Amino acid sequence: MSGQVTEPEQRAGGGRRLVRAWHGFRAALWRDLFVMVREVPRVLAQTVVQPFFMLLVMGHVLIQIGYVREDYAAILLPGILALTTFLGALQNTALGLVFDFSVTRELEDRLLLPAPLYTVALAKMAFGALRGVLSGVVIVPIGFLVLDLWWTPGQMLAALPLVVLGACCGAAAGLWLGTAVESRNIAVWFAIAVTPLTFTGAIQFPWPMLSDTLWFQMLCALNPLTYLSESLRAVTVPAAPHIPLPIGLTVLVFSVVVAGALGIRGFRARALG
Amino acid sequence: MTADDGAVTARGLVKVYPKRDRPAVDGVSFAVPRGEVFGLLGPNGAGKTTTIGVLTTRVVPTRGEARVGGVDLMRDGAQARRVLGVVSQHNNLDRGLSVHQNLVMHGLYHGLPRRERRRRADALLEEMGLADRAGDRVDHLSGGQQQRVKIARSLLHEPSVLFVDEPSTGLDPQSRLFVYDKLTELHERGVTVVITTHDMEEAARLCDRVGIMDRGRLIALDTPAALTASLPEGTHLDLAVDVGTVGARQLAKALAECPGVESVEQVEPASGGRTGTGTAGGSEEDDGAPTRFRLRTEADPTPVLAAVLQVIGGLGCEVRDVGVRRPSLEDVFIGLTGRGIR
Repeated sequence: MSGQVTEPEQRAGGGRRLVRAWHGFRAALWRDLFVMVREVPRVLAQTVVQPFFMLLVMGHVLIQIGYVREDYAAILLPGILALTTFLGALQNTALGLVFDFSVTRELEDRLLLPAPLYTVALAKMAFGALRGVLSGVVIVPIGFLVLDLWWTPGQMLAALPLVVLGACCGAAAGLWLGTAVESRNIAVWFAIAVTPLTFTGAIQFPWPMLSDTLWFQMLCALNPLTYLSESLRAVTVPAAPHIPLPIGLTVLVFSVVVAGALGIRGFRARALG
Repeated sequence: MTADDGAVTARGLVKVYPKRDRPAVDGVSFAVPRGEVFGLLGPNGAGKTTTIGVLTTRVVPTRGEARVGGVDLMRDGAQARRVLGVVSQHNNLDRGLSVHQNLVMHGLYHGLPRRERRRRADALLEEMGLADRAGDRVDHLSGGQQQRVKIARSLLHEPSVLFVDEPSTGLDPQSRLFVYDKLTELHERGVTVVITTHDMEEAARLCDRVGIMDRGRLIALDTPAALTASLPEGTHLDLAVDVGTVGARQLAKALAECPGVESVEQVEPASGGRTGTGTAGGSEEDDGAPTRFRLRTEADPTPVLAAVLQVIGGLGCEVRDVGVRRPSLEDVFIGLTGRGIR
């Protein structure tokens, strides 16, 4: 069996600690990826069904029966992509944590890996974000088919980093929600949080066009999802009114940092009893 | 021994949880030398698991210092986790993985190369008699098998200190013996083992030294032999009596007058308060449960027991249970707290 840890080992420098943290992060993330491979169809079904029907009804049926203008489809798709990505990341992160901490407790072995605790929290966040990105990547071609429109390769490439950033934002919010809320209350909190997020996130409308409904525009401005929808519109339908991309990016990065910090703090509190 | 040459040292550990009327751990200090099997013994709620939680970096103490394998837990918990292994009381195996994958993944968490973690997983499953279950999902195993997988997993990174929380709780006798054998083998291989238990026999059987905990405090610490040697000489007669209308106090008084009886104690369950020792006091029974007495004698127990039973029968009381035994760790606990441990 290995012996005592020597003093030089104890005085490990910052570089060594970073290597340890990176290793812990990688190992914890790998475990989730390993298990997820079996669950991809279930994950996609969970996160893609609702946006698919929103695309079908709002972007196709309403246009077909003449209640909505034809160019609405181009406005809707970036919004639905934002919603799918953000909520996919949020739900997967939050529900996964609630389950891990309160039901299976199988996270405990990872909490004992020889790396700082925040690395496990970051791995959970990265995994949730990855699932969000996966959901977003799947909904785009479905959107093309249902809405009968197309993005140029340049638009797709520009949208991809925004999708990643939006997924990080959703995962950070999920880390926060999943550790701040008691497990028995999670269903209530989802109901309270998800519906308002969905309808105040500029999913179905460009935010600048709300100027005649100022109170609602201000409400939407508080939702980070608004900035993801608007940033995606900026790169996929630049002719439509939208929040300038630099503002959208700044708010999204800020949201990731704040929600991520709160989430890591919550994760530590849960992990350390 | 200095603070640094032990495998585990705890100094003045205090853990206060919000909205609790008393600390879960209240000033606990002890040191465990390398290679020792050390037991924390006490009833549920005594603070054993919280103490283990602190020593395994899973609980942040309110005050105090702790070192494991020479590493200061408050300064570098991540480093400490390299040298400690943990077997928790509940099943925290990864249900998303097979038995073998649980071990291999643990090796990955600890940075072992792929080939080495597979080799160790194979060897440990063989050693634990689980080689034929390697590919099974952990949900399909019995409680005893799951405990064995948990032990195997905790050993995969070859810790120098192993913490085992309630090693045999919920196990059938065969699995319990298997776990005892494994812990004994680890001890022989020089691994320091710290267990928590509320089972006196388990503590006496496995541990080189035992720390007795009650209400967050460490109230005694020594070898099982030294702890029981501190008790008065003699034999204990344990009696459960339906006292009827006579009452516990009157019966205790009558028993104390029996020839050969040195002392009579009325023993309350773990949740009860302390009663007087030496002679019985306490309240009368009012819930229909038998009243428990512990008599000590230095004489041949057989005639003493005969006399005691005659006295009980003469008062019209009914004996529900009788036990004759040498003083054990349970008596140490009762002597210190006035309560039974279970």
